[in-house]
Amino acid sequence: MPVYLFPAYRNTRASLRMLGPDGVPLSRRYYSQKSGRDLKDEDMIRGYETDKGKYVIVTDEELDRLAPEKSRDIDLRKFIERDSIPPLYFERSYFLTPAGNTQKAYNLLARTMEELKRVGIAAFVMRGKEYLVAILAENGILRAETLRFADELRTPAEIGLPKKAKIKQAKVKQFERLIKSHSKARPSKAETKDLETGRVVKLAKKKLSRKKDVVEVEIEKRAEGNVVDIMDVLKKSIAAKR
Amino acid sequence: MAARAMWKGKLKIGATRVPVDLYSAVVDKTVHFHILEEKTKERVKQHMVDPSTGEEVAAEDIQKGYEVEPGTFVILTGEELESLEPEASREIEITHFVPSTRIEPEWYERPYYLGPDGDSGAYFALAEALNNQQKEGVARWVMRKKQYVGALRVEGDYLLLVTMRHAEEVVSTEDLPSPGGRDLDRKEVKMATQLVEALAGEFDPADFKDEYRERVMEFIDKKAKGKTTRLHAVKSKRTTSSLTSALERSLKTLKKEKKAA
Repeated sequence: MPVYLFPAYRNTRASLRMLGPDGVPLSRRYYSQKSGRDLKDEDMIRGYETDKGKYVIVTDEELDRLAPEKSRDIDLRKFIERDSIPPLYFERSYFLTPAGNTQKAYNLLARTMEELKRVGIAAFVMRGKEYLVAILAENGILRAETLRFADELRTPAEIGLPKKAKIKQAKVKQFERLIKSHSKARPSKAETKDLETGRVVKLAKKKLSRKKDVVEVEIEKRAEGNVVDIMDVLKKSIAAKR
Repeated sequence: MAARAMWKGKLKIGATRVPVDLYSAVVDKTVHFHILEEKTKERVKQHMVDPSTGEEVAAEDIQKGYEVEPGTFVILTGEELESLEPEASREIEITHFVPSTRIEPEWYERPYYLGPDGDSGAYFALAEALNNQQKEGVARWVMRKKQYVGALRVEGDYLLLVTMRHAEEVVSTEDLPSPGGRDLDRKEVKMATQLVEALAGEFDPADFKDEYRERVMEFIDKKAKGKTTRLHAVKSKRTTSSLTSALERSLKTLKKEKKAA
C-alpha cells in the first residue's frame, strides 16, 4: 500500500541567518585545507575515521547496496497494545497519507487498528538509515513514530543510578497529595509554548517598526527559500483523495 | 562505569524541592562520516562566503539577522540576543500533572534519567507517588541558556525527564481533515481484523536491531583490512491491485509461517 510520509512538525524555532557586514545573507562553503579553494560536491567524498587521520572511503553506491532488500517497504510485523511503548523510545513523528489509489486500504488499516487499540511495529530504511517505527491510527489518520533501538538507550544500571532506597510511606503519601493538588485532566498548551522564539520575534518586529537595522535582499538572489507550510501540504494530500 | 551527570537541578512542585542529577538516556550510535577532499583525502574545512562575490567573510564581521518577511532581515546584535536569553536557574518547575497516557507520542523529544542528588528518600518517594497515581508532570526549566518543556515520568523505580516539543511546533491530527472515501466492505474489515489479531504481540525492543548500521560497520571493517566484498543489488517488490487479494495473500503467508514455526 503506497503512502506518503510527511513530518508532523512545523518549523517554528526562530532561526537566525548569518549576514555579511553589508547585510547580505551568507552561504556556508567547503574548502580545501591544502589549496584553500572552495570545493564542489563532486570534489568531496565520505570517509570513516578508523585511526587518527586514517579514513575508509565509503561511496553512496556502496551505502545504497548495503540497505536491506525491502528498503522502501514499511513491513508491519507485529501489532501491539497502544500504550505499551515506553515514551523514551519515541523519536520523531510523521503523518502517512494515501498515495495513488489506496484510500480504501488506508482507511481499512486505520479503522481496524483504531478499533482494536493496536499499533503496528515495522522496520524500514529511509535516507540511508534504518528506522524502527510504530504505526498509529488516530482520527482516521495514520502516523509513523520513529523509535529508538534498544541499544541506543541506556539503563539506570548502566548510568550507575543507586538502587531504590528504603522510603517512608508517609513521604509517598505527602507527594501523592501534592500531585493531586496540582493535577489537570490534560496538558495545558499555554505551559508548553516557546517563549524564547516569541521574544526574538517581538524584538525583531519592534526594530522593524522603528526601521532600525533592517536590510532588504532581493529574493531571487537567495540560495534557499521555498518555505513550505506543512499544513497546506497535508491538507491537500488528504483532501485530494476524497 | 558510572556516567557523569550532565546537569544538576531541583525539581520544584509547589513549595517542595527535590534535588536531582540529569543523565542522558540516549547513546549516539550513528555511524559518523567525515567529508574529505577527493584529491588529497584530507578533511575539508568550512567557511562563510558572500555568495555574490565568493569572498570569505571573517567570523568577527558576521552579523545575525532574523527574517521578518521573505527578503527582509532585522539585524540583532550580540548584546540584544544576550538580553533575550532566559534567566539562568537550577529549578525544574512542575507546573501541573496529567494522567500518564494523556501526552501523545509526537510531543516527546529526548529522554534523560534523573538520579537523586543527596536526598534519595525524597527522590524514590516521588517516583513511587507518581507511579501510584499513574500521573506524569509537565515541567519547565532553563538548561545551558535554553528554555525547555518536558514531561516528568516514572520508568521502573526511577524518574525520567523527557524533553517535549513546543505547542507551536506540533501538528496534531485534530488540525487535519479526516480522510474521506466510501464505506468499508464488511468482509474486508473482518479480514483486516483477523490479520491484525493474528499478528498481535508484545513490544519487545530486543527483537529489533539496526541491521543496516551493523552491515555498514562490518563493511567498513572489511574495507579497512583491504578486503573487497560483493554487494547485491536492491530488488523491488511486486505490488497488487486488489485489496481483497492482498489481504488474502497476507493471511495465507502468515498461516504458512505459523505452520513452519
